[in-house]
Order: sequence, then C-alpha cells, then structure tokens
Amino acid sequence: MSNGTIRNLLSRDKRADRVVPPTGYTAHLTLFVAGAMGFLAVFALALSLASGRVADRWASELAGAATLRINAPSGQLAAQTEAALTVLGQTPGVASARALTDQEQAALLSPWFGPDLPLDTLPVPQLIEIIEGEPGLDAAGLRLRLSAEVPGAVLDDHTRWRAPLVDAAMSVRRLGWISILLIGGATAAMITLAANASLAANARIIEVLRQVGARDRFIAGAFVRRFTYRALLGAGIGTLFGMIGVSLLPETSDAGGFLTGLGFQGAGWLLPAVIPLLGATVAFFATWSAARRKLKELS
Amino acid sequence: MIELENVSYTYGDGELLSDVSIQLPPGSFHFLTGPSGAGKTTFLKLCYGALLPTSGRLSAFDSDIARLDRDQMALLRRRIGVVHQDCQFLDHMTLAENVALPLMVSGRAETAEQDNLTELLSWVGLGSRLEARPPELSGGERQRAALARAVILSPDVVLADEPTGNVDWEMSQRLLRLLVELNRMGKTVLIATHDLSLIRAAKSQVQARVLRISQRKLQLAGADL
Repeated sequence: MSNGTIRNLLSRDKRADRVVPPTGYTAHLTLFVAGAMGFLAVFALALSLASGRVADRWASELAGAATLRINAPSGQLAAQTEAALTVLGQTPGVASARALTDQEQAALLSPWFGPDLPLDTLPVPQLIEIIEGEPGLDAAGLRLRLSAEVPGAVLDDHTRWRAPLVDAAMSVRRLGWISILLIGGATAAMITLAANASLAANARIIEVLRQVGARDRFIAGAFVRRFTYRALLGAGIGTLFGMIGVSLLPETSDAGGFLTGLGFQGAGWLLPAVIPLLGATVAFFATWSAARRKLKELS
Repeated sequence: MIELENVSYTYGDGELLSDVSIQLPPGSFHFLTGPSGAGKTTFLKLCYGALLPTSGRLSAFDSDIARLDRDQMALLRRRIGVVHQDCQFLDHMTLAENVALPLMVSGRAETAEQDNLTELLSWVGLGSRLEARPPELSGGERQRAALARAVILSPDVVLADEPTGNVDWEMSQRLLRLLVELNRMGKTVLIATHDLSLIRAAKSQVQARVLRISQRKLQLAGADL
C-alpha cells in the first residue's frame, strides 16, 4: 500500500464518512477495546522500561566492584592480607583496594549476629574491597596469581549472583515487550472482528454504493477512517488514564526497591504518546484488511 | 453500446435466460416487456454487471463485462444509471444526499452540482422533500428519487426497472418525458415495464423498440403494442 493510498484513506471526507451509519455496537466495542488496550499498554511499557533501568543499574553498580576474602589462621591473616594488597596494587584494572576495618566487618555481620559481636574472638575472614578501574579487572588472571601468592584468598567479582539478577530483570523487560505485542495483536483481532461485523451489518449500504459506481477504495475508506479515528480516540483516553495510574504509583525508594520504581522517568513520559498512534495504526491495517476481504466476498 | 451475444443465465438448476443476442446502440430507446418472473430484472442486472452471464458474451462500451475488475466495474456503473424496482436508499441520509450519492462516489463536488440537483428533484416533483429521509417517502416518491439518482451523473445509458409502477398517470408521463428528453440528448434508454399504456404513450414521443421476454427468450414484440 503506497503512502498516497494511506493518505487518501485517512483524509477526512465528512460527506463520504456519512455513508456509514454513525451508530451501532461496533462503535462502542472499538472505543472500549482501544481504551482498555491503551490502558494496559501503558503499564506494560512502564514495567518494561523500569525493568530495563533496574537491569542497567544492577549491572553497572555491581560490575565496578569485587571482594577478596582472606581465609587464613589468625596468625597468618595479617600477612596474607598484606600480601593480597600488594598483589592488588600491582594488578592492572584495580583502581583501589582496601581492607575493611573491624567496625565495617562487624557492621556487615550485625544483621545476623547483632551489634555486640566480639569479632576478635571469632575466625572471621578478612574482606578486601576492590574498586575496578581501566582497563577492567582480569578476574581469572588475578585468581591464578592469588592462588600462588595468597593461598587463603578467594576472589568474588559478583558475577555469580549479579548475572541471575540482571537476567531476571531482563526477562521482566522482555515480558513487558511481549505483553505490548500481545496487546497489539489482541487489539488487531478485536478491531478486525468489529470491522467485519460492521461491514456485514452494512452489506446493503455497500450494495447501494456499488450500484451508484463507488469503488472499493471509497467504501473501504469510509470504514477505515471510522475505525482508525475511533481507535485513536479510545487508545488516547486509555493511555491518559494509564498514565494517571502510573503517576500515582509510589516513587522509587531504597526500601521499596524494584516495585516502587515502576514508572516513567524524564523523557520516558513522552513514550506513552506513541500508544494511541500505534493503536490507530493497528486499527487502520486491521480494518483495511477486513474491508478488502469483505468487499471481495460481497462482489 | 451494450451488446449481448448468445447470453444465457442460469440460477441454480433453472435457466432464466437462454441464448439472448441483442445490441442496444447509443441513443436508442427500448422497452422490455414480459410477464412477471420472465426475467426482465435479470436481463437488466446482466446489462449493468450485477450478474454475469453463465455463457455467452456481454460487452458494454466495448469492454467484456466478465473481464472487468471491481474498479473497472465501478467506473462502468457510473456510465449506466439504474432505477431499481426496490429503490434502495441509505436510510440515514436525506433524500438530497441519496440522490447526490453518485456525485459523491465519483468525486464530483456536490456544491458545484447543487443547482442541477435542486432542479432535477423539482422536475421529479420532490423539490420540497430535499431533507426527508427515505423511510418517510411514499413508494412513488421513492421511485422518482431513484430515477433522479440514476440520471444525476448524466450517464450514457439509463436502465429502469418498472420506473412508473407506483406513480399516478400524470407523474408517469412526466417521468417518461424525462427519459425521452435524456434519449434526445443521445442517451440509451431501456425501460422494463409491464405497463403497456406507458409504451403506447411513448410511441408518440420517441421511436422505441419493444422487446419481449417469453419462455427465456428475447424477442422483438409485435406491432400490436
């Protein structure tokens, strides 16, 4: 279908639009379906965008750091810690490395053991915080060197538990996009059904129009415009309500974590504006296809 | 010109028209008679492509109707004005809008044709009913409106199926004069009717050929008409 054809089909022609009776249950059905789908699409879009943001944040926040754990008898702990810091100081890709103080280690353990933990009486390993720099840490090479020089050192570059978290967030994002596609498909199916019903109900009108020399494009155009503009209106209303709903969700907070970040940020608020246009596009092609089939059937 | 060569039309198991051959030359005037159910309406429908022959060849304006696609068929129908027996209209539109439908579908501005439209509707006695809806019209008014709609585009051929069936004598004469006037302008006219008085009245105004469908065959009717 050429751009000219699409333009002609969508060009408002009030006289031509009058040939299709303005009432009927398909009008309400199209409006309702487009509205409901627009509303749901806003939430699917918000979910998808929020998941993407979370995945990016988790990936970037955890990717820049690693932890070295020194498991050694108390007599060797200080020496191995010192040796590990020396190795780290010589390792490319390590921006900084420092051993956590007793207070910091106690603070890490306090959620499980309480604030009065006598750290010096327990065989607690020493933790070293590593901040990565350019050109990035070669974890495998570092492990190899540490195994030779600091036998009690265990390097944790967070990959083990970072990857599933990021994967989970990415899966949620994919689900969001799949939901949007399904919403589009369901909208197309419903509008096709409504258009078919409308065309069938107006078969006599189509017959009269054909008798007086109307071409299929004229007849289809009247139906296509009717359904496209209805879908645009319905999806616009649904999107507006969806955006109001999203704006009423709680803001992102550390306590709430993922669930409270479900919304749009910055220019992301403009994205839902695409939903009514997509709804109208889906309606346009669904009606055009239904009209072509039906007109062929009725000829 | 509309030309039928050995055209037959079968519906289900029954043959409605058999081996019909005739030419309707430009500017000719024809009456088509025959008993009810003889196939007059079928013949007319074949002439404007609403039905396609089961066998034989039917051409209109040098085009084989069976070979036309839907767009070409639409363009053909703009050259053939048809008055149907059941006078179908769009009930949600006014009488004026219904009569102007051919202008609308052919992309001609109704505003430019407004004077012609008003004059035409006045001619068929509907000048005061422009805003009426079809369900509000009587049978006769509907027939007159259908005739107005059929001729609004000034088609090359006018086919009318019982155009005077529901109107009084005076109005039927008026409609006949309109069709005769169109014929004098070079249009081909074919009127299917069982009203022999209409045919007799036409004889003084126009040189008409009278055709008769009987037993599935088309014949030239006798001079006693």
